Amino acid sequence: MINQLSWKIGGQQGEGVESTDRIFSTALNRLGYYLYGYRHFSSRIKGGHTNNKIRISIDPIRSISDDLDILVAFDQESIDLNAHELRPGGVVVADTKFTPTVPEDCDIRLFSVPITAIAEELGTSLMKNMVASGASWALLGLPLDVFNRAVEEEFGRKGPAVVEKNVEAVKRGADYVLELAGGPLDDFKLLPADGKQKLFMIGNDAIGLGAVAAGCRLMSAYPITPASEIMEYLIKQLPKFGGTVVQTEDEIAAVTMAIGSNYAGVRTMTASAGPGLSLMMEGIGLAGMTETPVVIVDTQRGGPSTGLPTKQEQSDINAMIHGTHGEIPKIILAPSSIEECFYDTIEAFNLSEKYQVPVILVTDLQLSLGKQSCEPLDFNRIVIDRGSLVQEAPEREDKALFPRYAFTENGVSPRVLPGQKNGIHHVTGVEHDETGRPSESAENRKKMMDKRLGKLDSLVVRDPILAQALYETPDVLIIGMGSTGGTIDQARELLENDGLTTNHLTIRLLHPFPADEVRPYVEKARHVIVVENNATAQLAGLLKLHVGHAEKISSVLKYDGNPFLPSIIYNECKHICTLSKELV
Amino acid sequence: MATFKDFRNNVKPNWCPGCGDFSIQAAIQRAAANCGLTPEELAVISGIGCSGRISGYIHAYGLHGIHGRALPIAQGVKLANRDLTVIASGGDGDGFAIGMGHTIHAIRRNINMTYVVMDNQIYGLTKGQTSPRSAEGFVTKSTPKGSIESTLSPLELALSAGATFVAQSFSSDIKQLTALIEEGIKHEGFSIINVFSPCVTFNKVNTYEWFKENIVNLDTFPEYDPSNRIHAMTKLMETGGLLTGLIYQDKNRRSYENQISGFRETPLAEQDLALSEEQFDQLLAEFK
Ligand SMILES: Cc1ncc(C[n+]2csc(CCOP(=O)(O)OP(=O)(O)O)c2C)c(N)n1
Ligand code: SF4
Repeated sequence: MINQLSWKIGGQQGEGVESTDRIFSTALNRLGYYLYGYRHFSSRIKGGHTNNKIRISIDPIRSISDDLDILVAFDQESIDLNAHELRPGGVVVADTKFTPTVPEDCDIRLFSVPITAIAEELGTSLMKNMVASGASWALLGLPLDVFNRAVEEEFGRKGPAVVEKNVEAVKRGADYVLELAGGPLDDFKLLPADGKQKLFMIGNDAIGLGAVAAGCRLMSAYPITPASEIMEYLIKQLPKFGGTVVQTEDEIAAVTMAIGSNYAGVRTMTASAGPGLSLMMEGIGLAGMTETPVVIVDTQRGGPSTGLPTKQEQSDINAMIHGTHGEIPKIILAPSSIEECFYDTIEAFNLSEKYQVPVILVTDLQLSLGKQSCEPLDFNRIVIDRGSLVQEAPEREDKALFPRYAFTENGVSPRVLPGQKNGIHHVTGVEHDETGRPSESAENRKKMMDKRLGKLDSLVVRDPILAQALYETPDVLIIGMGSTGGTIDQARELLENDGLTTNHLTIRLLHPFPADEVRPYVEKARHVIVVENNATAQLAGLLKLHVGHAEKISSVLKYDGNPFLPSIIYNECKHICTLSKELV
Repeated sequence: MATFKDFRNNVKPNWCPGCGDFSIQAAIQRAAANCGLTPEELAVISGIGCSGRISGYIHAYGLHGIHGRALPIAQGVKLANRDLTVIASGGDGDGFAIGMGHTIHAIRRNINMTYVVMDNQIYGLTKGQTSPRSAEGFVTKSTPKGSIESTLSPLELALSAGATFVAQSFSSDIKQLTALIEEGIKHEGFSIINVFSPCVTFNKVNTYEWFKENIVNLDTFPEYDPSNRIHAMTKLMETGGLLTGLIYQDKNRRSYENQISGFRETPLAEQDLALSEEQFDQLLAEFK
């Protein structure tokens, strides 16, 4: 019996890879397994190789694995492109139709199943995904009734006849392969899971859910990969709460509309990726200057320009921090797990209103789109803090304006909303005085700049970093952000096997950089290795700027569009440690 | 009842003496009072330009944003609080050059608000460059040999984008202008009112006298039917766009807010945000 396994399905885009993956993982989730999914797709809708990989485990997991146990292939290309991942003794389930072959020198078992033929016999080749998934499910020896229930849910809307046909397709696939293999494969038998059904979602779902829980009632956004699912989720949910989503004409409208409605008192967000973020910059500056709360999600993908729109990257760090002209206060939160996507979204809205600043919540493609098991989300942790909203403003004489930008001890001024009695004030992106009126006075200018920028001096963020620091003085401190944490931890296990001691920091607050929290860990480590998905070591740059110790900071970078695998991080870290030993 | 004086503040506009924008400001103040609004119930959202300063010269809630983006900000304000009367305002450069994309889509979206364009056919604040509204051959700092681009006809464009309220006026005709803004406010949906507002400093061609000579005023055509879109288009073309009055109104189309499914009468800004545990559990169910 094994405690984890990796399954992959590959084919042409539009061939049913997505739906097979969905049903397969829903059924596994029902059995209580922890799952971690990875979608490899291109920016075409039909055609082009695509594959989905799921890692299945009885324990919590936060990364994909290096290797693969089962590959379900709809075409030879899927075998050619993915067979190298298969572990010795791994299995390929492929369609007889294309006379599949596997590389000769590898220890791979091939089960050729007439997938298309069976599907066509049952009425339509569309059902070949059901035949294929039934076959691979059966090889694992998992209970078929659970799988059938997932099929029923997927096709229930289309009526009992369709459900029945698909269930039959599953059965025929299963029967055929079991006959070939002589029963379920012994070395693929998963230990039973705890049977407790987990939440199973993508990061974008968790962000959408967090937004609803945080009281976000409007979203203005323009579609873009890999952010659109947030919009799609809110289009579905917000009407139930009286809210709505506006698909704007561009991201400039998206962010400025969000600023308008936040100004008028409604928690509003927008979400985009690099190209949209670039368009939003002037608007974000307006929010900073007018002290208007707004939450912006940046789901990073491969840049620059259109770059690799469906691939993994973490290269917007500098753009987020420095993209706006002039100097404004802003907060950049970087959740590193599906659960954090949920809680941090709520936190983003709270911080944004509490400090009256724009907050960017940043993910990366793998965190946004990888479907994962999620620990239970705690209703009692949902807190809505609207900051210094004034309920009733005192009466004013002679049309005196409300001092919306009053100088206060921590720089945060009382806020009133349009429509409110006695609250009239002016708001402008021009430098202004305490009532919002334009002012060019040098003295006022300096005070206002200090007030705005100083607001973040008192910033308190829950867990600006996460530290897994077992060792007082480790050989290696690995630092990362976003979706790479789980992979880093797997690499650490390999390094520890080699006798290297490692600590791990996850940076969750990118700006303002939590230098004081990070510094002690850096100081005590022999090597510091920053792992990030970009070419110019942006996170390492922040570290060197704010913490120093450039002499012991190295980088492991990946910017080919694919997420890290544990082996890559392991090998490069190993290499760095050996090199420096030679130098000594 | 508030009077127009209640919408005045003590800020002295930094417009040049004689600038057309003064009368537009006065007309907005009068129209707001005539509609029975209090200053708190009005939000004026403006762009950047000489004209954009208007939100600071009216005693009401006001936001002076960034160049070309008054409309998306204003739409956000209205969606957040549908009880507010929202007026967006800015120059022809603001609305028809940098902000043109938003103008077209705000028209299509048809949110219940009023857009007053202060059209001086030139860029005032940046000291006299050509605008999409400049006539062909118009000599400016940026077109020393005369503009070689065709002149934009914003209201023809508005009609073809599905506008439900299209009007034009002249800042000297404060009576007509006030009445049109009032009607625009009362109209269910997006109303666009383009106002000829002479820039006395940089535009020596399109002057008060020039407009007086060239404008065709629909108020002098009692038989004109503003519900006919084809006539509206024809009339605009016949007059080279120099037509004032209520040019077109569609009273049947419902505003955006009134078509959003689940959108309530109570402003969103006043609604309770907290979820019940039961609601939260229902949201989680989808992911099991
Ligand atoms: C993004 C951006 N680009 C350029 C400017 C400079 N700018 C300010 S106002 C303006 C044009 C003003 O013309 P118009 O909108 O017609 O208003 P007017 O001053 O004539 O009332 C320009 C180009 C700016 N503020 N922002
Ligand atoms: S420059 Fe022209 S538009 Fe600007 S204030 Fe002076 S007259 Fe008015």
